Amino acid sequence: MPIERLSTTRAMARLLRWARPALPRIAAGGVASLGASLLALAVPQVLREVVNGPLLTEGSPGAVVQAAGLVLALGVLEALLVWCRRAFILTPGTTVEREMRTDLFGRLLELPVAFHDRWPGGQLLSRAMSDLGMVRRWLAFGLVMLVVSATTAVVGVGLMLATAWQLGLVYLVGAAPVVWLGFRFREDYKAVARQARDQAGDLATTVEESVHGIRVLKAFGRGGDALEDFARQAEDLRSTEIHKARTLSRVSFALGALPEAVLAVSLGLGVWLAAEDAGSVGALGAFFATAAVVNGPVERLGQLLAMTLDARAALDRYIEVVDTPNAVGDPAAPRALPEPAARGSRVVLADVRFRHPGAPPQSRDVLDGVDLEVEPGETLALVGLTGSGKSALAQLVPRLYDVTGGAVLLDGVDVRDVERAELRRAVAVAFEDPILFSASVRENVLLGVDDDAISPEAAEALVRESLDVASAGFVDALPHGLDTVIGEEGLSLSGGQRQRIALARAIAARPRVLVLDDPLSALDVATEAAVTARLRATLTGTTTLVVAHRPSTVALADRVAVLEDGRITGVGRHSDLLARHAHYRYVLTALGPDPREVPPQDSLSGLLDLDEPVGGAGRSRPGAER
Amino acid sequence: MSAALLEGADVDHAHVRRLSLRLLRSLLRPVAGPAWGTVALVVAAQVAPVAGPALVAVAIDRGLPAMRDGDPVPLLLAAGGYLVAAVLGGALTAAVVRAAARVSQAILLDLRRRVFRHTQLLSLEFHERYTSGRIISRQTSDLDAVRELLDGGITTLASSALAMVLTAASLLLLDWPSGVVLLIAVVPGVLLTRWFQARSQAQYRKQRTAAARLIVRFVETMTGIRAVQAFRRERPVAAEYGRLSEEYRGASAEGIRLNGLFDSGLTLIGNVTVAAVLLVGGLRVLDGGLEVGVLAAAVLYAKRFFSPLTQIGMFYNSFQSATAALEKLAELLAEEPSVPEPARPIRLPSPRGDVRLAGVEFGYGDGPSVLPRLDLHVPAGQSVALVGETGAGKSTVAKLLARFYDVRSGAVLIDDVDVRDIAPQDLRRALVMVTQEAYLFSGSIAANIALGRPDATRAEIEAAAQSVGLHPLVEQMPQGYDTEVDKRGVRLSAGQRQLVSFARAFLADPALLVLDEATSSLDVPGEQLVQRGLGTLLAGRTSVVIAHRLSTVMGADRVLVVDGGRVVEDGSPSALIAAGGRFAELHAEWRRSLR
Repeated sequence: MPIERLSTTRAMARLLRWARPALPRIAAGGVASLGASLLALAVPQVLREVVNGPLLTEGSPGAVVQAAGLVLALGVLEALLVWCRRAFILTPGTTVEREMRTDLFGRLLELPVAFHDRWPGGQLLSRAMSDLGMVRRWLAFGLVMLVVSATTAVVGVGLMLATAWQLGLVYLVGAAPVVWLGFRFREDYKAVARQARDQAGDLATTVEESVHGIRVLKAFGRGGDALEDFARQAEDLRSTEIHKARTLSRVSFALGALPEAVLAVSLGLGVWLAAEDAGSVGALGAFFATAAVVNGPVERLGQLLAMTLDARAALDRYIEVVDTPNAVGDPAAPRALPEPAARGSRVVLADVRFRHPGAPPQSRDVLDGVDLEVEPGETLALVGLTGSGKSALAQLVPRLYDVTGGAVLLDGVDVRDVERAELRRAVAVAFEDPILFSASVRENVLLGVDDDAISPEAAEALVRESLDVASAGFVDALPHGLDTVIGEEGLSLSGGQRQRIALARAIAARPRVLVLDDPLSALDVATEAAVTARLRATLTGTTTLVVAHRPSTVALADRVAVLEDGRITGVGRHSDLLARHAHYRYVLTALGPDPREVPPQDSLSGLLDLDEPVGGAGRSRPGAER
Repeated sequence: MSAALLEGADVDHAHVRRLSLRLLRSLLRPVAGPAWGTVALVVAAQVAPVAGPALVAVAIDRGLPAMRDGDPVPLLLAAGGYLVAAVLGGALTAAVVRAAARVSQAILLDLRRRVFRHTQLLSLEFHERYTSGRIISRQTSDLDAVRELLDGGITTLASSALAMVLTAASLLLLDWPSGVVLLIAVVPGVLLTRWFQARSQAQYRKQRTAAARLIVRFVETMTGIRAVQAFRRERPVAAEYGRLSEEYRGASAEGIRLNGLFDSGLTLIGNVTVAAVLLVGGLRVLDGGLEVGVLAAAVLYAKRFFSPLTQIGMFYNSFQSATAALEKLAELLAEEPSVPEPARPIRLPSPRGDVRLAGVEFGYGDGPSVLPRLDLHVPAGQSVALVGETGAGKSTVAKLLARFYDVRSGAVLIDDVDVRDIAPQDLRRALVMVTQEAYLFSGSIAANIALGRPDATRAEIEAAAQSVGLHPLVEQMPQGYDTEVDKRGVRLSAGQRQLVSFARAFLADPALLVLDEATSSLDVPGEQLVQRGLGTLLAGRTSVVIAHRLSTVMGADRVLVVDGGRVVEDGSPSALIAAGGRFAELHAEWRRSLR
């Protein structure tokens, strides 16, 4: 985490970005609150006057009723001011929180996939919920109370100076170490407050993982170990919170004991002065009466300061994410994609390099100068070993990641020069891990279709057609057909079923370029064959890039490109490559030279019984000894 | 099943509230000692400052005349006493801060552990119904609400209640008619509190539900951020989140508004009472029924009586909010695991891996039967492949074996013991299931592999990685086995993640291995490596393999073709190919795809 050298005041000033519209009402709330406090201070004075005045001297019932009426009026006014404080701050406080929350969410939607790869979900969630809740409470309560308490203390000390200046001076001198201690406290507490919030975020991450990974934990019976890990983290958080309390208790002691201790000195001094006839006994009494009023707010300052620092830590964490620059943003001067040629769009990868952000400097680029052309309307399969960068390459086209060198061109335009929305309208993806949302089948399939661009009837036909191509006839057997809610909050589907709906979704988007990332891996052979046949017919005219591990997926493609050690080492027809390209043969059949020096499995080579010559004479590969 | 339905309004609120109060009591019980200790500290901290004014009086009444007589001792004693009271007061305040934090943190830790443990115990059926987002919201935002109560709760309640009782008692002793006026004021106070309780309860329940919805949406969006961006759903998703944020804001604001009314109402009642005490007392003074000095004191007492009320109002507010959260948590904790741990577990110290499904009938939830009636015996040491179309019921068989679900009728037996009776730790040691979904936890690669067997040494972890071909990949990583895998292991490809799953299974070294589409994302060489490794590992072990890839199936001793929850073909791969049934068709198709 970056070390912030900003003062808390400066840090809190950044809150202005969201709080500005609410400021007048917060100020009004503060005034109401201050009014209520001062009124509460005034009532005892009025009572004293009433008791000393009409009751002792006059003695008429009318005066008593009048006095009671005055006290009643003041009391009602105080209640009104209390209500005003709430009413003034209520709406802006929660509105600021909502604005900040939706801004954060909007930012997270904007930030590229690479950002989300690095940030654990729990850390983001704790920022969106508990950190913002803290900021809201501070804004509506902490800030106002801090101002009110500080003002009360200052006014009170002023009164004390006015009643007995010598004693007031002693009190002020005594207050100096409190200020110093307060400063020390701020330094100590700031760090623990931040640590506690970070740990709470880590805890949320652990919770999230334990829930998302529940199947793995159950399959291996590791619930107990997960609990131990969680308990350890929760215990860490507990000790940080205790540490926080210890730090706070030190300042509470100082704020509670020091001013009172100074008063003890003042007491001795005051009485001595009175004995020397340098001060009056009345003033002494008044001084201590005021001091008693001031002590409350001064003691409260510790808690309020702690709350402020907690809110500051929360705000820092929030700002950290909201201010993250977007590395994959829209261009300043976007270019429009030209109309595609009659046969379809052309995708060109020119000397494309890619490495994951945060990859160690000595490591090689995942994509190390890829040159590849996908001709208009053709289907090109991308074949390579697990981890060769196929998926990364596929995700460069819709700019889910950005190249770190070279360029991806769609119909001659660098994809980085096109607005993301336009680019992603032109490019649709079906991911390896099908991601479905808690919505009906229909909504999931139409995810990439703009609502206003299509009539309901046409949309219905499109859904049907897309599901048909993906061989997802099973949806008709679902309880509510196309209206069945699937995803987390709905019906659970099998991996193969989810994959087919994700595929239908990519098809329904009717993109210029379709990117299919191993889209059929979870399908059984018969279904896969059916989907492949229909896809081939449908994809005519749609430029398609399909990531493949299997011969059955390659069957979709017109041509195949081999990705090997970050480069394209061969492009051609499946049968040609199988005959000539040793690495290709190895990837698809595990026959031929083996870069990991493991001989092919005998049982399987017998079963394969290929027509193509089974070659051992492959060229040696530079990456073999990786 | 939608969240709205689960969080529906027709829940028995009284029952849920009882559950939540019972939960609160059970949380307080273990910390009862420290909690009472904290209360005692609070009381002491309240009393210490009271000495202050008395000492001032002593200093002026006794110290001043003595000083004038040239005797500084009484003054020094009074000032010294004041100093002691000051330090003592500060020390007690500090002690209260620490003690309260200790109690509240102990309760929170206990609650966190309970909820976490319970969610781990609950079956997959529950997890699928409840959704991950809501479980997360229980463990984050609901716990935050409880925390808010605990942070200020005990001390506020103890100090305020004590102050009020003491003041009321003093007033009654001083002048009982004024005391009676004060006590009459309690009636509207109680009525107001009842009103607030009823209204705020409903409000805070709404707020909890709104928070959960917000979190569910957040988690779902962030988990699927790729699809959101790729399909340009940013705007609609943000609009939906904005709507939910507004719903949450509305619920919170309404809660704050109610609390504001309650707060102002209490202040009003207090102030009216002070005026009433003044009026009644003043008239009595005129009658000569009351001393002026006593009236002054009575009015001040009345004023003081109501001043902690704001604090109590605040406490009650956070109490209401926390109770709503506790209700949600108590409901979660009251969920019975539908796959319960056996009452009298049978140990399985050295499992052989004999598997039998006897007349098994099963369906998900209240849904239709997926397996109408299945009988199957896999002798120890046999490797069996299940083949069939998507939805044929293959995965269901695997999940029943692993006891992710329990059968509706019939039984699943391992070594002739019903899986429902096997001690859970023995079942997990005997059987490991590797699924298509290869989830990685944040932490190092080594820690992820060690999930298979947490006490494994580094050498064993590396050996496991070696045997599935993961080792060369890990060696390339910047910190080798100590390389952290990012959230959801995104930097590893799906295939690499599946290799990690296999390494886990190797390390776990079970008697019975169930593979459910565990190789779907592996490339052919990777799959062969895994199979070769498995061949070594599984020699003499039982394995049940579900795969669409015939390459995975061909090495099995026996193939079962499943359709509609029934076994339609059963035999060795070569025998089935020779027999010319469905499997032979699949095999022919697969061969064609290889050209």
